[in-house]
Amino acid sequence: MASLAATFGRGAMTNHWKDIKNADVVLVMGANPAENHPCGFKWALEARDDRNARIITIDPRFTRTSAVADRHLQIRPGADIAVLGGLVRYTIENGLFHDDYVKLHTNASFIVRDGFGFENGVFSGFNEEDGSYDKESWDYERGPDGFVRRDPTLTHPRCVFQLLKSHFSRYTPEIVARISGCSAENFLATAAMVCSTGTADRAGTIMYAVGWTMHTVGSQIIRTAAILQLLLGNIGRPGGGINALRGHANVQGATDHAIVAGILPGYLRVPTPSQTSLSRHLADATPQAVVPDTMNYWGNYPKFFVSQLKTWFGDHATPPNEFGYHFLGKQAEDATWLSIWDKALLGEMEGFISLGFNPLLAGPDIPRLLRAMSRLRWKVVIDPFMLDSAEFWKAPGMDPAAIDTEVLYLPATHWIERDGSFTNSGRWAQWKEQAIDAPEGVRSDTWILSELFWRVKERYRAEGGIYPEPIESLTWDYLNPRLPTLSELAKEINGKDLATGRQLSSFGELRDDGTTTSGNWLYCGSFTEAGNQMARRGTDDPTNLGMHHDWAWSWPLNRRVLYNRASADGSGTPWDNGRAGIRWTGREWVGDVPDYGRTTPPDQLGAFIMTEEGVARLFTKHLVDGPLPEHYEPAESPVTNLLHENVSVNPTIRWYDGVRETLAQAGDDFPYPCTVYRVVEREHFVTSNVPYLVELMPDFFVEVPEGLAAEKGIENGGRVRVWSKRGEVVGTAIVTKRIRPLQVNGRVSWTIGIPVHWGFVGITEGAMANQLTPFVGDANTRCPEFKAFLVNIERA
Amino acid sequence: MDRRSFLKSSVAGTVGASALGFDLEPAYAAVRQLKIRNAREYKTVCPYCAVGCGTIAYVHGSGGLNTVNTIVHVEGDPDSPINGGTLCPKGASQMQLAISPRLRKSPMLREAGSSEWREVDWDFAMDWFAGRFKESRDRTFVETDDQGRTVNRCEGISWVGSATVSNEDAYLITKTMRGLGLIYIDHQARI
Repeated sequence: MASLAATFGRGAMTNHWKDIKNADVVLVMGANPAENHPCGFKWALEARDDRNARIITIDPRFTRTSAVADRHLQIRPGADIAVLGGLVRYTIENGLFHDDYVKLHTNASFIVRDGFGFENGVFSGFNEEDGSYDKESWDYERGPDGFVRRDPTLTHPRCVFQLLKSHFSRYTPEIVARISGCSAENFLATAAMVCSTGTADRAGTIMYAVGWTMHTVGSQIIRTAAILQLLLGNIGRPGGGINALRGHANVQGATDHAIVAGILPGYLRVPTPSQTSLSRHLADATPQAVVPDTMNYWGNYPKFFVSQLKTWFGDHATPPNEFGYHFLGKQAEDATWLSIWDKALLGEMEGFISLGFNPLLAGPDIPRLLRAMSRLRWKVVIDPFMLDSAEFWKAPGMDPAAIDTEVLYLPATHWIERDGSFTNSGRWAQWKEQAIDAPEGVRSDTWILSELFWRVKERYRAEGGIYPEPIESLTWDYLNPRLPTLSELAKEINGKDLATGRQLSSFGELRDDGTTTSGNWLYCGSFTEAGNQMARRGTDDPTNLGMHHDWAWSWPLNRRVLYNRASADGSGTPWDNGRAGIRWTGREWVGDVPDYGRTTPPDQLGAFIMTEEGVARLFTKHLVDGPLPEHYEPAESPVTNLLHENVSVNPTIRWYDGVRETLAQAGDDFPYPCTVYRVVEREHFVTSNVPYLVELMPDFFVEVPEGLAAEKGIENGGRVRVWSKRGEVVGTAIVTKRIRPLQVNGRVSWTIGIPVHWGFVGITEGAMANQLTPFVGDANTRCPEFKAFLVNIERA
Repeated sequence: MDRRSFLKSSVAGTVGASALGFDLEPAYAAVRQLKIRNAREYKTVCPYCAVGCGTIAYVHGSGGLNTVNTIVHVEGDPDSPINGGTLCPKGASQMQLAISPRLRKSPMLREAGSSEWREVDWDFAMDWFAGRFKESRDRTFVETDDQGRTVNRCEGISWVGSATVSNEDAYLITKTMRGLGLIYIDHQARI
């Protein structure tokens, strides 16, 4: 979600599931919701039935979503930015953008410094030595008052709008077709449908998922889509938005609460070594307004951060010790998934703990992961079921006697044996009731964490050790200190006023002087003096737009559509009265919970309150690989980049040692792009324990296009072997018409599809798709490139 | 009309149907009670994708101390504005996930070089866990970096997961692991 935060100020699905019914156009790309989010996707079908909405899929495969779409455009895996860039160009060149919206709610008018440029595949400021950018030239030009210079006419050659127009002018229908493999005619017909919502009376939404994030340019794919939606005036509006469909019940919540390298709950920043004091951290992390008319809400960062320190370290968080600032580890380098396994492979990771997760099957490059896991001293696996990851030492081809890693397996409760809340993709935090008790012998995650904490603490007390102060200082003042309840934790997350003991009702009440607590400021308001707001079950919907403000609770402050100030024009009048997000009555905003001051007049501040610009960013310096998106080929690609052959792949990719050698090189025989995916009957790996679902979808298979199958003598239902430079899989061939041959730069390109659901510890066994995938990730997020890599195939 | 009154009116409708001219008496005799008749309802949320479908778990058992309660049925919650009672194939079969015989009941340890698991008790398991954790933390903790700056981080232990736990447990994971000094922390959102 790095790209959404870089564009809008928050990294989350902008709208919510039921809101999709308000759309006139639904573009599904990098997702297959009919299969992977069926009950959410029905709102797209409702839009079609009730509003005559158009559904469009753009995908390497004709999916079950395509089957109910009005239009499908098949493309090569990894060509997303080329296609979306083509849509951006189409919108601008044909004057289809929502002019008033773009001027009012984006940084189109902001003037960028002289010296910014894009040449030979790289932006200005590129340092070839270390593959990184000096972003100085990506900054805005300032006027004498210190604020950014703007040109409301959008004609200045260095204003963002002109830079954007010029940058994407290269993405002609012909180049889109040559890169992606579709025809220019099909692209244009699709573009006409997708780009038809740039008017006040129409709204279009985009649904995407990991089909976009899992690329070496994943963040920039999403950025391109965000730019398109801003040009069409679709952000902040009911029926609009850019909607990230999450694949597990609480991906959103676990991210909000920061089980994530680099951030703390509420998207606060993990301190770095150069931030040698609290004040230096706060100075770095708190943005300064670059225009006079922005709320710049992140300016409140110190209140959120200090309140969190106060929550965690209680009486040990005082002004003299900088509220326990140095109790937090300072992170110098990337510490995400791939870096964890790289460090393990180097023998520098001693212990590894996973909870509710099957890291081995999750990949990428399982042969490499197996070597890395074998170098751990110890591993703890916490899960209700036995997992492939816990039994990696008996994976096919492994010799247990040669593996010294000790493995502890702990059986934990699962969702139905616990209360607590899940936050869905649409940011609705829904409290669930505990239905049954855990069986004898099974312990809850909370108990295991609590017990680990206490036993480590007791060991430090008894034996001494390195820097026990934070362990000694961490607050653990639960009624039963060996087993906190989830309600207690929910209250702690919300926070309170320390003077009165009162639960706070809004993060607006937080202070930076240590007099308030809040474990996660974003959830402040979720458990107030009025009780647990996430457990509310009111079904009324006075908006008639599906907002349901009395059902559960959505962050922030029960707001249902993010950036909803942008649903109205400069005077506060909704662009579309039938789909009003919020409206200005002359005294206050009504409708959804306003993403703006409730009584702040419409002309006073910009609509995007989280950005230092006050508007959304078509152009941004917040990503590492460019202020504007650019098409780069996947790390493994059948063609060199047609736009700039000397800079074919993303030049800012971080390469781990020894990984380049595991990718197909010139001269290797891996001609076919391959992509991995889920099927509706399964969810990643846990469903391999569910008999009905295993019966519905028992065996691993490989989806092979008809023409390629004929060429290779592969029969439907026969066995095939697929191999990459890293590993191989063998399984049943499904010969399909759903993937058609593409013409990529004048040559035929076949795509192969592989589902991810199998391993060696389920009711049925099957090949592991991630044997094939490459150990390389997105330049910003290091999300691995699961969705586009190269293989070969033969009859087995 | 709520679900219960709908069920009642359906039954009433059936009685009226005997006026159609065929005899329903044998059918009445064969009617069994719904299995959810005496069950208690718990409102929960589907554990699979992030649509967040509301579900109702029907539970048999007295709910008293020392009794064992069992889920007899799970279905979509018709009141939920998100799914309106519908479920997909995964959601509809979640009872088989909830009370599966494949669920494990005991901690297990696999020792270095071994080709088997052995069952261990919880006290042993947690002591082992805390012991390994502390040893690795002490061995790999860095208090100051090569430039003499305070960094206070544990470099040799990593934690991953999970997008499948509640917000409250997710928060406690972060609080505890950051409190213990870990920086290598990640979950399914990355992959």
